[in-house]
Amino acid sequence: MTTVRISDDALALACGADEVAKAFAAAGCTIERVSSWGMHWLEPLVEIDGIGFGPVSCDDVSAVLAGTSSKSVGPIAQHPFIARQQRLTFARAGRTRPLSLDDYAATGGWSGLTCARAMDPAQVIGKVIQSGLRGRGGAGFPAGIKWQTVAGAPGDRKFIVCNADEGDSGTFADRMLMEGDPFQLIEGMAIVAHATGAGRGYIYVRSEYPHAIAKLNAAIALAAHVIAPFVIEVRVGAGAYVCGEETSLLNSIEGKRGEVRAKPPLPALQGLFGCPTVVNNVLTLAAVPHIVSHGGAAIYAALGINRSTGTMPIQLAGNIRCGGLYETAFGITLNALIHDIGGGTASGRPVKAAQVGGPLGAYIPPDRFDLPFAYEAYAEADALIGHGGVVVFDDAADMGRMARFAMEFCAVESCGKCTPCRIGSTRGVELIDRIRGGSAVAGTVAGTVESLPQMHNAAKAPRTRAADIELLEDLCETMKFGSLCALGGFTPYPVLSALKHWPEDFG
Amino acid sequence: MSSKARLAEIVSAYAGREGPLLLILHDVQAAFGCIDPEAEAQIAEALNLSRAEVHGVVSFYHDFRSQADPRPEVQLCRAEACQARGVEAMVAAGERAAGNRVRLKSIYCLGLCSVGPAARVGDAVHARLDEVALVRLIEAA
Repeated sequence: MTTVRISDDALALACGADEVAKAFAAAGCTIERVSSWGMHWLEPLVEIDGIGFGPVSCDDVSAVLAGTSSKSVGPIAQHPFIARQQRLTFARAGRTRPLSLDDYAATGGWSGLTCARAMDPAQVIGKVIQSGLRGRGGAGFPAGIKWQTVAGAPGDRKFIVCNADEGDSGTFADRMLMEGDPFQLIEGMAIVAHATGAGRGYIYVRSEYPHAIAKLNAAIALAAHVIAPFVIEVRVGAGAYVCGEETSLLNSIEGKRGEVRAKPPLPALQGLFGCPTVVNNVLTLAAVPHIVSHGGAAIYAALGINRSTGTMPIQLAGNIRCGGLYETAFGITLNALIHDIGGGTASGRPVKAAQVGGPLGAYIPPDRFDLPFAYEAYAEADALIGHGGVVVFDDAADMGRMARFAMEFCAVESCGKCTPCRIGSTRGVELIDRIRGGSAVAGTVAGTVESLPQMHNAAKAPRTRAADIELLEDLCETMKFGSLCALGGFTPYPVLSALKHWPEDFG
Repeated sequence: MSSKARLAEIVSAYAGREGPLLLILHDVQAAFGCIDPEAEAQIAEALNLSRAEVHGVVSFYHDFRSQADPRPEVQLCRAEACQARGVEAMVAAGERAAGNRVRLKSIYCLGLCSVGPAARVGDAVHARLDEVALVRLIEAA
């Protein structure tokens, strides 16, 4: 009987994988639900004896089984999109059943934990420092240093918190990892627990990811005996983007408003419930089992460029023909990612911009697509790699509107704790509207802040466009340096980059 | 079972958990469709919190509602990646199809950014939507 492998990842389901699986089952096939290969333009992707077909609809079933389907993409593992990647964190993607302990063990699962438990905690941390692993959530802080702080902090209770509040548009690697290879995340957390002396772990998942929540809960139940005495609990968010910021995430787990905390104290010293806490992103923790395994740290350290070592699961999204998950060593350019690998835009129109790093990342114009994908190179270019999401826009995009959206998003999602973010974002929306509307309206229009009697220092004469732009830049400066966290602090990146590179889109 | 007893049951299910408020609020909203002021007061008393603290949490998170709204909900992603794939041009048609019968809620990212525009109804997710597919989805909700 023919065995047909189809992903049960949320993205495959959204593209109709369940119906396709049912149709193959009705045709007498054995169905294996596996993780997604990450070739999203081909979902639902069907694999029979290593040969892929996609995107498959129910109408294609008989042709696929008869071997006459035009949707064959050949051997999946040799597909250029897969073969050119360096998959370490996503080594199992597409190859294993997410909740099969047998599949996991047969593909090297738990070897990192076994190695770690045979070592001193300090040795484990030493390996991670040697690998150069940096936080994959966006900040890029060296993971091993953070763990060292937690390991050395006084306290009889310590926690490992996994930040799975993947709210950035254009990112889905955390979701794919949690749905496709949950045991790897669990193993990574158990290794960090051993290294730091933590007894309990939490995975904070956003409520928009019901499939990931279900998979994690099932996987934790299956693996509880392997990671004992360490225990892991899933906590579900409630639709607040700002809870992806580590201190508001901790407040949210504690059952409070997801408001940002001032630092210091660092979460590593006073984190969850006031105890020393490791907060790491899903991808950071999932990279750990490979690093701690035999020789893994050296392999990791040898990949990448400069201080950006190892691999980054990059997510190709938005208006791109071949979108999906592309894990590769740091240093790759956007030209390679968007044109060679992604095949340009899905609409077939010219690329206008790419936003890298989520809603808080800069818009990068095509003439900067030669920038190497690395923390330092992006920082020097006033951009950030964030969580590795790349959202492509074609020439129909209105960058002035995207800049306004960045401010609007910040206003909607601001936790309200600090003034630059809470008020600056709303003022930013108004200011961009005014610039796009042609400025030159009087400074004291009825209903505006300037018209209030107490605003006696406000300009009485109409403001020019140049003055409005200067004001916007000034506001961005205040938000960047005056906000407590990255939400208010990084919103200026998309705004200022759009203004700098596409001034014609601002009216 | 009275709603008060049902709520007490939910609260007691999380006895012994640290920081249980969000867990409780999720369950209360699932059971009653909202977290109204009476529920806030009862939860506050059970957890030894002030009503203001509980209300502060309920009003902070987008997922929680203080008034029940029995209409079916369709969540449409309007974040950057779905915008790049043309979601904004479909919104007006979606709103017309929704009318007052369906709650069409804008959300920001379902993690389906390479196959947008995307929407969610309950726990079912839908991708590669065009205007026709979105209207059909809303009409079937």
